[in-house]
Amino acid sequence: MKLDLSNLKKEASREGYGRALVKLGEKNKEVVALCCDLTDSTRVELFKKKFPERFIEIGVAEQNMAGIAAGLAMLGKIPFMSSYAVFSPGRNWDQIRVSICYNNVDVKIQGAHAGISVGRDGATHQALEDIAITRVLPNMTVLVPCDSIQAEKATIASASKKGPVYIRLSRTKTPLFTDYNTPFKIGKADIYRSGSDVCIISCGTMVYESLIAADDLAREGIKATVMNCHSIKPIDNDTISSMARKCGAVVTAEEHQINGGLGGAVAEVLGKSCPVPIEMVGVLDTFGESGEPEELIKKYGCTSKEIISSVKAVLKRKR
Amino acid sequence: MIKRVTEIKKLEILSDNIREDIIKMLVEAGSGHSAGPLGMADVFTALYFNVMNHNPNDPEWKDRDRLILSNGHICPVLYAVLARSGYFAMKELKTLRKLGSILQGHPHRHSAPGIETSTGPLGQGSSVAAGIAYGAKMDKKRFKVFLSMGDGECDEGQCWETFMFAGKNKLDNLIAFIDRNFIQIDGNTEQIMPLEPLADKIKSFNWNVQVIDGNNMKQIISAFSKAKASKGKPSMIICKTIPGKGVSFMERRFEWHGKVPVKDEALKALHEICEHECKLRKWDSQKCKLLINKCGMLE
Ligand SMILES: Cc1ncc(C[n+]2csc(CCOP(=O)(O)OP(=O)(O)O)c2C)c(N)n1
Repeated sequence: MKLDLSNLKKEASREGYGRALVKLGEKNKEVVALCCDLTDSTRVELFKKKFPERFIEIGVAEQNMAGIAAGLAMLGKIPFMSSYAVFSPGRNWDQIRVSICYNNVDVKIQGAHAGISVGRDGATHQALEDIAITRVLPNMTVLVPCDSIQAEKATIASASKKGPVYIRLSRTKTPLFTDYNTPFKIGKADIYRSGSDVCIISCGTMVYESLIAADDLAREGIKATVMNCHSIKPIDNDTISSMARKCGAVVTAEEHQINGGLGGAVAEVLGKSCPVPIEMVGVLDTFGESGEPEELIKKYGCTSKEIISSVKAVLKRKR
Repeated sequence: MIKRVTEIKKLEILSDNIREDIIKMLVEAGSGHSAGPLGMADVFTALYFNVMNHNPNDPEWKDRDRLILSNGHICPVLYAVLARSGYFAMKELKTLRKLGSILQGHPHRHSAPGIETSTGPLGQGSSVAAGIAYGAKMDKKRFKVFLSMGDGECDEGQCWETFMFAGKNKLDNLIAFIDRNFIQIDGNTEQIMPLEPLADKIKSFNWNVQVIDGNNMKQIISAFSKAKASKGKPSMIICKTIPGKGVSFMERRFEWHGKVPVKDEALKALHEICEHECKLRKWDSQKCKLLINKCGMLE
């Protein structure tokens, strides 16, 4: 698949979530939305305006939101619950674990403002652990879309996926490089560029950075595969293993702690099926801080630069 | 539909039978909670045999009243009323907490019929109940949601989040009740974390609040029927109960919150419970002796 990276529009992935909620609301009257005093920044606003009778304001009470969503799902509704990822699934993880996942009910969870690129709000508001704490939960599906159009598709797909789904989104505007024809299927990793020297596996905002890195690497004669692993769970064992086998070296990239995140998930897969050298790009067991998103992704090592240096490092280890 | 038991005396005898079941389950399981389930036997008997609309032959019936056990640790009392009303065989009670049992140590929604939601981490059931009540209003359903809570449980902020939400949204289809037994694990509730004035606090969240003797069948039945008729506000029934009710050496002692009787204690407990049943039945001493012998058996 060829992606044109020139002259890209920019949009935050949460915008796609907001649009998708409205589309879902139009199609299915069982879709309801819940929010904890953050309707504007989670983009639930759009749904609220269109379907006020199906919007439920919870106030600043994320634990309550998780339980109420579970109760609504028990009556056949498809609740979408929204807040910042640090609060949901951060604050209400136990409620998500028992009331939602153990019950295995159809609740869809939007974690907005995830990653270091949240920016000025600082470490308290930058979720860098949410992939880790959601992907360990039985019955849970975990999706990390790479741009706003994919966020829209992921949100729409989540409604017909049985059981709980976590959708991780970011605050800042990022390049819009997929379009409505780009394939998206829960559980299926997509190859955006093929090369046989190394496989870069990334999710969310780091997919774009991976494509940039692959372009730069190509100029140096290094041919990289770029895989968008938007489904952290269920993870696409087959695609990851076969690409690792083909390339013999893997670099993962995510705006999340490498411990327990995409890097951890990929290492779990490859440790079993095809052990190859892996380097991981992401946040290295530290909290973030205030700053501009561009400053932060540089300082915390979530850019194409770190991907390139990791590719070079992993190639040295390649047998 | 469940056949309603209306005679108070019959309900009282039934709660003695439920207490027997609880003791037998707990001694067999070897771990679990005693005081709470015994104290709430009267309320749960009233709910399942008189108050609630439900159908043990059709646990998924869409218009059934729902019971949410937010204080999941008192599940032996729920399991006993579910078994006695016909959701599953009585013999399942003996499997409580054992590998492969439908009766998990804390309730699991998919394991046994009649369990609406998984609980155990305190506070969680309250929000789920509010969610069901809210959804029922959206769908213009007429069923009620009954929410069982512990008083120690009310230390959890999540309960108060629910109180706010239900008050704001006038969920008059939500009928909550608190087992006000004044105990929790570490001691007396008023020493661990004072709740009083509990009724006033909940009233101020825009709820209708009644305070009753939760071991008095007449009061229980009348409080629930009042609550069912509530318009515009959710209902709270604060049930003052005696923890360990019916077993003299357990009554009012917080130590029995999370402890179960050993065999000798269980026999003594069963003896007392059956004696009480005899008194209720006004049987002569000969007939009583037979009953006590029979129910005092741990087969
Ligand atoms: C969130 C949470 N924290 C702690 C516990 C452990 N725990 C189980 S029961 C209990 C005390 C509850 O007291 P109360 O609700 O009054 O129950 P009762 O003693 O009347 O049975 C505690 C702390 C728990 N189940 N959930």
